[in-house]
Amino acid sequence: MSQRIDLDHGRFRQIIRGKIKQHLRKYISQGEMIARKGNDKVAIPLPSVDIPHFKFGDKQSGGVGQGEGQPGDPLGQGKDGKPGAGEAGDRPGEHLTDIEVSLQELAEIMSEELALPRILPKGTEKIVSLKDKYTGIRSTGPESLRHFRRTFKQALRRQISTSTYDPKNPVIVPIRDDKRYRSWKTLPEPQANAVIIYMMDVSGSMGDEQKEIVRIESFWIDTWLRSQYHGIESRYIIHDAMAKEVDRDTFFKTRESGGTMISSAYKLCAKMIEDEYPPDLWNIYPFHFSDGDNWSVDDTVTCVELLKTKILPFVNLFAYGQVESPYGSGQFIKDLGEHFDEDERVVTSEIKGKDAIMDSIKDFLGKGK
Amino acid sequence: MAGLRQIPTYLRDMQEEIEAHARAFGLDFFPILYEVLDYKTMNEIAAYGGFPTRYPHWRFGMDYEQLAKSYEWGMSKIYEMVINTVPAYAYLLEGNSLVDQKTVMAHVCAHVDFFKHNYFFSKTNRKMIDTMANHAARVRRHMARHGQDAVENFIDTCLSIENLIDPMSQFIVRQRDAAAVDPDERDEDVPRLRAKQYMDKFINPPEYLDAQRKKRDDEKKQKKKFPEEPQRDVLRFLIDHAPLEVWQRDCLEIVRDEAYYFVPQAMTKIMNEGWATYWHSKIMTEKAASSAEIIDYADAAAGILATAPGRLNPYKLGVELYRNIEDRWNRGQFGKEWAECDSMDQKRNWDRRTGLGKKKLFEVRKLYNDITFIDEFFTLEFCVEQKFYSFGFSERSGNWEIMSREFKKVKDQLLRGLTNRGQPFIHVVDGNHENRSELLLRHAHEGVDLDLSQAKDTLRNLYKVWTRPVSILTKLEGKGKLLRCEGDNLTEKSADYPG
Repeated sequence: MSQRIDLDHGRFRQIIRGKIKQHLRKYISQGEMIARKGNDKVAIPLPSVDIPHFKFGDKQSGGVGQGEGQPGDPLGQGKDGKPGAGEAGDRPGEHLTDIEVSLQELAEIMSEELALPRILPKGTEKIVSLKDKYTGIRSTGPESLRHFRRTFKQALRRQISTSTYDPKNPVIVPIRDDKRYRSWKTLPEPQANAVIIYMMDVSGSMGDEQKEIVRIESFWIDTWLRSQYHGIESRYIIHDAMAKEVDRDTFFKTRESGGTMISSAYKLCAKMIEDEYPPDLWNIYPFHFSDGDNWSVDDTVTCVELLKTKILPFVNLFAYGQVESPYGSGQFIKDLGEHFDEDERVVTSEIKGKDAIMDSIKDFLGKGK
Repeated sequence: MAGLRQIPTYLRDMQEEIEAHARAFGLDFFPILYEVLDYKTMNEIAAYGGFPTRYPHWRFGMDYEQLAKSYEWGMSKIYEMVINTVPAYAYLLEGNSLVDQKTVMAHVCAHVDFFKHNYFFSKTNRKMIDTMANHAARVRRHMARHGQDAVENFIDTCLSIENLIDPMSQFIVRQRDAAAVDPDERDEDVPRLRAKQYMDKFINPPEYLDAQRKKRDDEKKQKKKFPEEPQRDVLRFLIDHAPLEVWQRDCLEIVRDEAYYFVPQAMTKIMNEGWATYWHSKIMTEKAASSAEIIDYADAAAGILATAPGRLNPYKLGVELYRNIEDRWNRGQFGKEWAECDSMDQKRNWDRRTGLGKKKLFEVRKLYNDITFIDEFFTLEFCVEQKFYSFGFSERSGNWEIMSREFKKVKDQLLRGLTNRGQPFIHVVDGNHENRSELLLRHAHEGVDLDLSQAKDTLRNLYKVWTRPVSILTKLEGKGKLLRCEGDNLTEKSADYPG
């Protein structure tokens, strides 16, 4: 039954969406929303949509409670569970509350705001595997799947109803009809069919600010690609003069001081693709972030070569984001431009600062690949 | 709701049993219609404030989401809801245990008894379900004609000021003495005593006449003030005087009507819940609960009466206070002699066997509201026994902490939180401020500042209604402040705050 509240609830969600959209640039550039991220939901601090009233300020009002404790004892999680939050009159009209939004919804908002085209996956066949899932109970089945508790419950029920149950001697003997078994359904489960390979330069010239930009940008790329594919894998490669694969946490935290050989990362990336991601089954998205400094011209040549022969033929898109840093020369993006200007599969973007993240995302994902 | 579903027989039997017990105890209530709801519908109706027929608005959707979340996370569950109408509607949650349903029914009987007899409910509209449905139909019609966005936005604006009403106005009979109106039109000059001409100077001294004239002129000036007296029902003032479209005025009326409907509930929260808790406890423990049920009952009751730091549980405070009153009046602990006795020992063992407890309880539930209830019966002994404390925000530690256990401070704090339903007093003082038809409000500052950022937003909303600049005079951190909103422009300047 569709209920009246569904309309009002839908209306409320619509307002929320509008607000998020309106503030999307801010969210994207500040990255404050990534702080609380669940499995498929994010909590977004949103300027309150609640209705303002003339009311008393929080701090001065106080209240009355009941229980143990001496004057001066803190009350722990206070009245609103947020002691100390929200400075008075800081930004008029901005009362932040956390609103939960699913990543799917967020991706939709993002695509509306950034006008992102939907991605056409490579290959027409969907890769689907079958998976068994226990979904219910039935009265026939193999003994190995017998549901012990249900069986005994059934037996107890039968014995009570036939008055053969004696509370003083509570013996329960299941008979054949009492037996209950787990039953399953076979569900088609779409397989992970896209992989994002993040590569980042962690040499000395990439500072915290640069990494923060990469972190925010990767969140949004994840969100978008996740909404486009059934399943997605992410791999992380860091490099200075050497490249290695790391987990997500390490990826954003590592800081090395060595020089930079971009080719090392590309080599590893190419190897990864070759070993694990056959291109006819996978949509492959390498993203590389760096400040644009490479060790030598020779290495750049190697990079171009690697891209041409080992990477580009297999991927949907190769994205290179150059984060501006006070130390980097920013040469690499020009080199790429020189060699791949005509190539649709290569997208480059210069990210000047946090404010430019949104445009750079648009550069990367705007092609619908 | 599509028609009223019959409740199952076993619940109807239960209802009869419980109501018989309740009547035997002296409760007197309107007929009650129960309906069993699943949790989703329960949350839905709760989001609509108990009325399934309300006008469409997104904030109900917002409340619903919160309720649904906290139910799904197992943080809260609505056991029961009861609506003040005749007959009274009450909702039971599907899947609750029978003990819970029994408790809820006993609870509901007492609520309805309270609705029927408490003085502050005497003016409420007992056909509010129909009225709400009419409101909804009107709002829908406006939406069809003027667009959902326009109407919804305007309702947002109205809701922002819905608390600016005068809760007591329903009980004041305002009559204008028709004969007393317009004395200035009746005669030209101040009245004089008759006197012979040569005596006139002495019998009607010119200084006196001048003073009288001046007084009259002042009075006239006073008359020209608009409104004549500061008006607390800001919504009424806006409905009467703001330049609104017909549909806008209608929306504002609807919001005001509904706000007034909910006033008595807000004014008697502690008393009402206390009363219901008192009786469900009495009915269950003395009559209705079987020995097999008593543990489950006690478990639920403990949940209802639980207290948490920094939170006042109205059920707990209410029920304990009623019990305290019953005990005191049973033992004659009242009157002059009791009040003047200052021997703790004597007081502790005071028992005159007056046995007036029950009579007093019913009297209290008829005549009091939360403020008078607390003011009169929240005693030093009660405060200490129940371990009440006042708390506040400590700037020093950055924490909410216990401030005091001193009786006077606790009671003051408690009463302050209840005064005007915990809301600031705001009056319209001038509808023609600076002679530019601006609106001037005044916040009667009583020690606590307004929430500045919310006040500013509210002012913006008032501007949308009044369409001319709107100001509010208040005090912030001890200094007079005038906040003024003119279009997008919001200014804040120091000002004299008289009084």
